Amino acid sequence: MSGLPISVDEERCISCSICVSSCPYTAIEMVEGYPVIGDACRLCGACVDACPEGAIAIEEAERAVDLTEYRGVMVYAEQRGGRVHPVAHELLGKGRELADQLGEPLYAVVIGSGLDRGAEELAVRGADRVYVYDHPGLSDPRDDPYSALLMELVREVKPGIFLIGATAIGRSLGPKVAACLETGLTADCTGLEIDPETKLLLQTRPAYGGNIMATIVTQNSRPQMATVRYKMMKEAERNPSRKGEIVRKPVDMETLPDRVKILDFQPIPEQVNIVDADIIVSGGKGLGTPEGFKVIEELARALSGAVGASRPTVDEGWIEYRHQVGLSGRTVRPKLYVACGISGAVQHLAGMKTSDNIIAINKDPEAPIFSISSLGAVGDLYEVIPILVEKIKERVRND
Amino acid sequence: MSEGLNIIVCIKQVPETTEVEFDPETGNLIREGVDSVVNPFDEYAVEEGLRLRERYGGAVKVITMGPPQAEAALRDAIALGCDEAWLATDRAFAGADTWSTSHTLGLCIGKLAPYDIVICGLKTTDGDTGQVGPELAQQLGVPHVCYVNKVLDVSQGKARLTRILDDGVETLEAPLPIVISVSKDINQPRLATLRGRLSARKAEINRITSKDVDAAASELGLEGSYTRVVKIFKPEPPAGGEVVKGSPEELAERILEKLLECRVI
Repeated sequence: MSGLPISVDEERCISCSICVSSCPYTAIEMVEGYPVIGDACRLCGACVDACPEGAIAIEEAERAVDLTEYRGVMVYAEQRGGRVHPVAHELLGKGRELADQLGEPLYAVVIGSGLDRGAEELAVRGADRVYVYDHPGLSDPRDDPYSALLMELVREVKPGIFLIGATAIGRSLGPKVAACLETGLTADCTGLEIDPETKLLLQTRPAYGGNIMATIVTQNSRPQMATVRYKMMKEAERNPSRKGEIVRKPVDMETLPDRVKILDFQPIPEQVNIVDADIIVSGGKGLGTPEGFKVIEELARALSGAVGASRPTVDEGWIEYRHQVGLSGRTVRPKLYVACGISGAVQHLAGMKTSDNIIAINKDPEAPIFSISSLGAVGDLYEVIPILVEKIKERVRND
Repeated sequence: MSEGLNIIVCIKQVPETTEVEFDPETGNLIREGVDSVVNPFDEYAVEEGLRLRERYGGAVKVITMGPPQAEAALRDAIALGCDEAWLATDRAFAGADTWSTSHTLGLCIGKLAPYDIVICGLKTTDGDTGQVGPELAQQLGVPHVCYVNKVLDVSQGKARLTRILDDGVETLEAPLPIVISVSKDINQPRLATLRGRLSARKAEINRITSKDVDAAASELGLEGSYTRVVKIFKPEPPAGGEVVKGSPEELAERILEKLLECRVI
């Protein structure tokens, strides 16, 4: 057995070998009826939890973490095809602010393939040091190898704060890293600041479908981890004269866990992706019927925009969840947001209020949506939109 | 897979409405007068468990962690057709954050081994984190797939699935056992039959308490939680602009002007 602080109590062991299959690192094998834990072990604790008899134990020196050892803010830069996701630049913007308040360094970490330009961009946008895991075998985001690398890096660098974008990928990856590191993770934060007295990270997030906000702290474990909602923070600005250090980390695919295989990936056409759209036309309960979205689609098409929706329409099954705008859906920040038949529940407004321009069409002159609209039109959307679509088409034809 | 699948579905009891109020002095949520239901996202998890059993045979065990009255959520799941119900309830489990919840659930599910597939809803309507599924998988030491919108096939110790990400649809293959979090696009949940409801009333609810799991008190509930809520407040409504009235023609004309002003056409 290795010199790791993990041991098997052979008296309690019932030789069921559940631990063998629980190990993501295939570090355990049965020898003469008992599990033997080899050097591939990363002390992730999966076998400890999996053992039905409590026969495996990791010496509990780690739980009392020396908090002062942990310094700096680390930002995870998600990528696909070597292109860094813009949420990473937003995290750098926020991360820089937090790091400066603490007087600590800002780190970025990127995992993927063909990352030279992306890594440099992270430095130009404020990272003091960028850790790069660049390997053809890592090109597609996968939880197993990515979380293993992030875990190792956090144990080595010991950042006090670790931020991950609350994208589909980030919200799947983050919990795995936090569970392994045995630390708190606050989901889908919309606000982050440092408490001036305690220096703790105040993590604010919506709950109950955006009807309440909660501020959360991670007191006694490190790093303080949070996933952060896309389009909530301002992107860090580029400063080409900045010289961040780029640290290339070795990657050995052989030693990384990689249990889930990607057989196929089909990109979704751009226009459906509301988060990146410049123009969004959204429908709400005021449509009255699911067919109402046909009118919304027509206007969206005329403006080359994407279709959004309020929560009640998605709850009713009128349209798919991926169209949902609001604290319980996606936060968007388009150039133009057209709200049709949306009364404007606070949770919806919070997901789109930072749009550059907001136009609302609603029958009810008292609708709260008007209070944040740059232009509010009091009228029946079924009467106004068809005329509007014709006017837009005419305008486009004449141009 | 002649013996069928051992399926475990995790559910949570949540307040029926998300229009919650809280006591401005204590910061505690006011739960009085609010009915409890099975978390709507978990209905899809239960349904998928039942459908997998219909396709491959086997049994569906449903588990929840919560106060004793969470038993009602389990009975709802039995009414829909789940075979066995497990309630992890103990004062020591209370006040858990996502890490502590998944840790405790992991220990409880360890008692229900062997299992092939553990199914969770995408998230809950109260906490809204979506973290317990992936954290649970990590605790169990098995792979996890999030946002599953279709289980294509389960055979020869492997599951083939599709899932929806922000920018595309992935087809994946994962070895069993596995934890999945399912999206609302995966199925249309059934309604309970009268016979189902009657059998649910009599069904035995198995209990798991802190004595049954091998964990120190410091790992459970509030004490085992790494995060603390320090403040709860209502989101502030934003402020804004010009409101116009008129005929549909006039309104359309005014909107067109605005579009030109915004340079979007």
